[in-house]
Amino acid sequence: MVEQQWRKWAYCYIPLALFVIGLIFPFYWMLITAIRPDSELYRAWRAVNNAPFWTFHPTVAHVEDLMAKTMFPQWLWNTFFIAIASTIISLFCGLLAGYALARLHFPMVGTLGTAIFVTYLVPPTLLFIPLANIIRDFQLGDTPWALVLTYPTFMIPFCTWLLMGYFKTIPRELEECARIDGATRFGAMLRIIFPVAVPGILSAGIFAFTLSWNEFLYALVFLASPERKTVSVGVVSELIRGDIYFWGQLMAGALLGSVPIAFIYSFFVDYYVTGLTGSIKG
Amino acid sequence: MDHEFADQVGSVAGVEAALPRPHVERPWSLMYLLDNERFLAVVLLAPALLLLGAFIAYPFVMGIWLSLSDTSVGNLGHFVGLQNFVRAWDDSIFRTAFKNTFIYTFWATLFKLALGMWLAVLLNRHFRANRIIRAVVLLPFIVPTVLSTFAWKWMFDPTFSVLNWLLFRVGIIADKLPFLSNGTWAMGCAIVVNIWRGMPFYAISFLAGLQTINPDLHEAASLDGANGWQRFWYLTWPLLKPLTVVVVVFSIIQTFSDFQLIYVLTGGGPANSTHLLATYAYQVGVAAGLLGQGAAISLFMFPVLFIVVWIQLRYVRRLEGV
Repeated sequence: MVEQQWRKWAYCYIPLALFVIGLIFPFYWMLITAIRPDSELYRAWRAVNNAPFWTFHPTVAHVEDLMAKTMFPQWLWNTFFIAIASTIISLFCGLLAGYALARLHFPMVGTLGTAIFVTYLVPPTLLFIPLANIIRDFQLGDTPWALVLTYPTFMIPFCTWLLMGYFKTIPRELEECARIDGATRFGAMLRIIFPVAVPGILSAGIFAFTLSWNEFLYALVFLASPERKTVSVGVVSELIRGDIYFWGQLMAGALLGSVPIAFIYSFFVDYYVTGLTGSIKG
Repeated sequence: MDHEFADQVGSVAGVEAALPRPHVERPWSLMYLLDNERFLAVVLLAPALLLLGAFIAYPFVMGIWLSLSDTSVGNLGHFVGLQNFVRAWDDSIFRTAFKNTFIYTFWATLFKLALGMWLAVLLNRHFRANRIIRAVVLLPFIVPTVLSTFAWKWMFDPTFSVLNWLLFRVGIIADKLPFLSNGTWAMGCAIVVNIWRGMPFYAISFLAGLQTINPDLHEAASLDGANGWQRFWYLTWPLLKPLTVVVVVFSIIQTFSDFQLIYVLTGGGPANSTHLLATYAYQVGVAAGLLGQGAAISLFMFPVLFIVVWIQLRYVRRLEGV
């Protein structure tokens, strides 16, 4: 019995605890840096009085500076707006396309499905230079619309793919019943199938929202004015003045930029996981 | 076609008569048109295809044109053939970036796979607080990479590194480690951060796969005398293989084309020793404004991505065929 107990600790609890500590530590470090006064922050690594894992004088000065002296609240709002708008566009396109690919018979349905799947695998880093040109040609440079319109390129394929899989699990009979009762094909799709697919839509939406909140490269290349930037780009380009890193403020920014997305995620963990695992299933 | 045929047979057999159906005169309207399957398909697919065409297909073609021209900011380019590609290949920084991209992808993927699988097996055991731990484990994957990478950069700071402090206190090191100030070390650090960020994705995907495996199989194997490791190697792993291929392909694409992590952690430095193809393409194409040259550098990613995507498609088709 003691033997078994010991094995359980060695093979299960201790490794798991190490994993969790390793995965969480950077966030703890963000938090502790954000509330630590500068006098404690910049102590040489070998200083005797250095106690880096906690602080005796917690302060909100960094957070206040961030909120009052930088455009951080504006960046937060920009990120939120762009994420919501691009998620709505992607869900709209993905819903319609996913339904068409799952339910309708037309020539090239297989080829189109594959084509959309392949665009899912095209990374933004392959296209950002020509895309910057196109954004300029369309007069979209330095506007949120540059991102609202380009983010769907990596979210639509994902939403389509996920929702297509979801529609395939809804029995055809449901739709056929509605059709027999006189509904048009379009009406049956709108009033019968889409409401049934709400959990799938929620999964796709949550996952798409986090993708959009996370995006960095397009936002870095397409936006120039400080007041138009997203959180990620703002923190990188505006909080570092010259070569000097204000770590307290930087970590406060990193923390506050992560909290909203972590908060939303915590309410929808199960939907998110469904989205995540659905995103890779063929 | 089959449905229509069945309908006709049905009405001939008199089934239709038994089910009185309201006969609505349908005018030649939009709704009538939308009942045509092909027309409806075109309407439903149009928004998605329009956006993907304008912002993926078109830039892709334009990227190929740019890479064959000497376009730079404010200068409409001329066709120069493969000159950009040849020049990139002669550039020592490019070669370092090219090599780094493969090293980075290989080591990061290998460790993410191994650690992710291990964590998934651990999480698959049932104990209290499992749900909370599962949610917590995914955090590094949820939080914007740029922001979490800043936390790591601070932890690797040359003067104030907490990791140095920790290792020194434990007595493992006598002097500070050159985390980001030495090229090889910096690459290693970038790989560690990538593993930290990407591993939860593997773990949660594998966990979903593990939960579909029938526990009876494990029981049968233990009754036959298989120990834990044997059960994993001969039972779990073969069953998870299809999922593994898909997860690894995804991860390779993401890792191979990574940009933000290196951009924040090292900026390609010290002395351009940690550039990846994407960050070097950014430096040349955007920071220096040489659009043609930058487009050519990022197109060097294409063959590898193409092969990986091709494998993926072959594999998905084969699974569907079975």
